[in-house]
Amino acid sequence: MQVSMTVNGRSVTQDVEERTLLSDLLRDCLGLTGTHRGCDTAQCGACTVHVNGRAVKSCNLLAAQVQGCEVLTIEGLAGADGTLHPMQEAFKECHGLQCGFCTPGMVMSAIDLLRRTPGPSEAQIREGLEGNICRCTGYVNIVRAVQRVSGQAGA
Amino acid sequence: MYSFSYHRAIDIEDARAQLNNGSDSKVLGGGQTLLASLKLRLAQPDCLVDLAGIAELRVIHKTDGNLHIGAMTPHAEVADSPEVQAAIPALAHLAGQIGDPMVRNCGTLGGSLANSDPAADYPAAVLGLGATIVTDRRRIAADDFFLGMFETALEPDELIVRVEFPPPECSSYIKFKHPASRFALVGVFVAKTAGGPRVAVTGAGPAAFRVLPMEEALSRHFSPEAIEHIHLDEADMNSDLQATAAYRAHLVNVLARRAVLAALT
Repeated sequence: MQVSMTVNGRSVTQDVEERTLLSDLLRDCLGLTGTHRGCDTAQCGACTVHVNGRAVKSCNLLAAQVQGCEVLTIEGLAGADGTLHPMQEAFKECHGLQCGFCTPGMVMSAIDLLRRTPGPSEAQIREGLEGNICRCTGYVNIVRAVQRVSGQAGA
Repeated sequence: MYSFSYHRAIDIEDARAQLNNGSDSKVLGGGQTLLASLKLRLAQPDCLVDLAGIAELRVIHKTDGNLHIGAMTPHAEVADSPEVQAAIPALAHLAGQIGDPMVRNCGTLGGSLANSDPAADYPAAVLGLGATIVTDRRRIAADDFFLGMFETALEPDELIVRVEFPPPECSSYIKFKHPASRFALVGVFVAKTAGGPRVAVTGAGPAAFRVLPMEEALSRHFSPEAIEHIHLDEADMNSDLQATAAYRAHLVNVLARRAVLAALT
């Protein structure tokens, strides 16, 4: 079947199998390998992207379900001149990553978290990132990065 | 995942026609459970019928005093809806506790109910509030809807259109979350409704169920103390590697008391 959508501002039309997952479309068809396939069981959140502005797990959605939608991946965050998105910048400044595998999903989730809850408490940040698993950092610096973007002192 | 065909229904008629065309078709709501099941090859449908294109299934409004929520409304929309927060705050709170934010952006009310997972949250609210499940052909009282583990009163080609929730005087949902899956190890929904108090439990048995002795006690005196002595028979409880039946029976009592207290405050 053929699916059409906008990915990072670019119109995309692609032949896929009905069972093709959005994560597979992004990675294997479009070469956008910044979206990571971690667990493939919708638990780890490494594959998180935005569909129509909302964070979703792209390994738990069919490409067909996203027909006509606007998809934003980690590759679409930085400016054309390479300027990092403030959340990417904060993860870098706060050392919010070690191996980096969870980072694309973590950043996409964190952006959606601040859309829903501007100025979140630490507890709200931890709750808001419940769907993303990091096995390196212990989350402390990730929380700090989100606090920094939301303009909170001490971050 | 086995291969299948995909049909995006344009309206309810179209969806029903697809479900009745002789193929083994399954309805796709938000897909948060179904797609995982397909990956595990626990199901092998010929066709998925996606309801996401039917706008009338994704609505929240108040009609004749009741809160109507469309079957395809994602959990996040229920949680964030000012109308739900005003009419039944416990329902908005419950929706905001399902899974994680990404799951809540996709998973739907109708999908959760039709699946009837023994540990799902929504069945407790639907049962606890005495809601009505409106399908494409009839109205089903919550009391008649959940038949067993992953089993409901729905016919194979029957579609949930919306759920009608009568706002209670007060209500509360307390859930003991499994820390990894965030499913309810046990969850208890307590409501003081026009027809009397209702206590609905999820996570503890094959499907959500009411605790009538607690409801009777609460109708005499709506306080945590009134149900302190009422313990469920552990023979009726689920037992798995996360919790024994005895522990679940204990949790029902503890959480029910907390829910009554929370409903009062």
